[in-house]
Amino acid sequence: MAELQLKGVGKRFGSLTAVEDVDLTIPDGKLVCLLGPSGCGKTTLIRVVAGLEEPTTGRLLLDGQDITDLPAHRRNFGMVFQSLALFPHLTVGGNIAYGLRVRGRDKTEQTARVASLLDLVQLPGVADRHIAQLSGGQRQRVAIARALALEPQLFLLDEPLSALDAKLREAMQVELRLLQQRVGITTIIVTHDQREAMTMSDLVVVMGEARVQQVGTPLEIYRNPVNTFVADFIGTSNLLPVTVAGRDGVALSGRTLRVPPIGPDLADGSTATLSIRPEDVHILGQDRGGENRIAGRVTFIRDVGASVETHADCDGLEVISVAAPKDRPDVARGDAVVVELPPASCVVLPR
Amino acid sequence: MRRGRPDTATGWATGAWPMVMLCVFFVVPFTIMAAISFFHRVEGGFYEPGFEFANYARFFTAFFGEILGFSLFVSGLAAAICVAVGFPFTYLLTRLRRRRQVVWLVFLLSVLSLSEVIIGFSWSILLSRTAGLSNLLVALGLMEQPVSWSPGFVALMLGLCYLAFPYTVLVLYPPLSRLEPQLPEAARTLGASPLRTFFTVVVPALRGAIVATLIMVFVFTLGAYLLPQLLGRPQHWTLSVMITDQAIYQSNLPFAAAMAMFLMLVSLALVGLTYVVGGERRGA
Repeated sequence: MAELQLKGVGKRFGSLTAVEDVDLTIPDGKLVCLLGPSGCGKTTLIRVVAGLEEPTTGRLLLDGQDITDLPAHRRNFGMVFQSLALFPHLTVGGNIAYGLRVRGRDKTEQTARVASLLDLVQLPGVADRHIAQLSGGQRQRVAIARALALEPQLFLLDEPLSALDAKLREAMQVELRLLQQRVGITTIIVTHDQREAMTMSDLVVVMGEARVQQVGTPLEIYRNPVNTFVADFIGTSNLLPVTVAGRDGVALSGRTLRVPPIGPDLADGSTATLSIRPEDVHILGQDRGGENRIAGRVTFIRDVGASVETHADCDGLEVISVAAPKDRPDVARGDAVVVELPPASCVVLPR
Repeated sequence: MRRGRPDTATGWATGAWPMVMLCVFFVVPFTIMAAISFFHRVEGGFYEPGFEFANYARFFTAFFGEILGFSLFVSGLAAAICVAVGFPFTYLLTRLRRRRQVVWLVFLLSVLSLSEVIIGFSWSILLSRTAGLSNLLVALGLMEQPVSWSPGFVALMLGLCYLAFPYTVLVLYPPLSRLEPQLPEAARTLGASPLRTFFTVVVPALRGAIVATLIMVFVFTLGAYLLPQLLGRPQHWTLSVMITDQAIYQSNLPFAAAMAMFLMLVSLALVGLTYVVGGERRGA
């Protein structure tokens, strides 16, 4: 059992607010991604959890116990750093056994544990090698093994895969996720790569401007962003300026569109943003009838084989549609088209 | 990294300038000194060209052997103290905010502007019975009566370390400030206390820098010839003092040159040995 609760956690560096008022629960055994653009405070937050930074405000509770004032070396959280921070003067085995040696475990136990951890990260038989002799991906695995050596209560990773090339990174994402599920350890990963977050997480915490913007499963965050920041940061979105008209309608350049019921925080007549994913937008050569259609003109087509992206200009607003090759709209640049925004896919957000 | 020979005139010219400087300021004086060490001394006069080993032979006596041993011991101890104090000092310095680091570095640089003479006389006054620090301790009621701490071995050590400390910090500063801050942090997350982190991660990760600094301070203090005279008793005089004495007061340049050669060869051998030992351990 290891459930971490953050209550009103904030961190200021002089006049700079890095993290503000974070309330968050990291459930036991789950993998949680802190996702956000650079400078959003996600690294500061994981350093506060690790005990490497003292929070300016708020408390941290581990299984209900206050650990805010516990120094990093008494927390038993395994951490993988962005630079990996492998000790250059020690061998692979020496690095992995470092924590065990600090705790005074005997030599035979150290050797056995190092071997089993190297098996776990699929890197057997390299215990005697020097760090400099390893490739980037191998160092990555050693850093993970070292962080797991003491069977920590929490597993923290700060941008762990950012040094790897794209292909290896994708493979490591899957591997890391499988490893986490096998070990069943509560894990927090910091990343700026939303694809990485979507691949690995049980829960995604979207951070922006020092605050938590939204917490949810990857699909929830993708389907129902709570504000324009999340809608814009996660994937690509068409963000259209609208005016609220009734409880299930908005006005877009004089035309009324039907949308799912609007929450009470948006009053009738107030300005709002309509968010819709490009893959939900349909571009039609001719009007077949149906709801939420607006007229437009094709301005650009990007056909990359696996998908087709069509840009349409609708009264000065750019709407982008992405379709699979089999649903490729039969249109060309400059054609007058009908753009369909299916009501169920529309999300109305405060401006 | 290996480079081919410079095959253009410009290549030769750029290489020639350091060559000329090296010859003028190092090779020529050194060759003269090496030659003089084999010359014949004229009693009451100067010296005349010759080739004899008398100067070296005179050196191989218990008296000078003892002085050589003492010189190496003094410099070795000074180097050890400087690094033992300077390394943690510099480590903590690099953890400070940038602006505070600059203040400390400027202060250390200003200490460098003090000459060996000023440092020697200042310490001999500070450690004296009549005007020294012991008077302060008496005034504070910590001591019965003022005492004289200089000249003496401790006073000599103090002076040498004071002289070499700014160099120690300035040599250690670049590698220590380049040390990845995540290394000690990783050790902390693995359960090591700050003190343990310092000794098991920071010190071993910078072993090369430590060895280099030890050598630098060792060689630097080996050449100090004023401080042993100002702060030490005659039995604390190092080989550098003897060389000065022979060259300036006894007008025996051949013997001084021979001693200088020998001191240089011994320290070179020690430096080489340190590198070999350090290299072996790194390779293991």
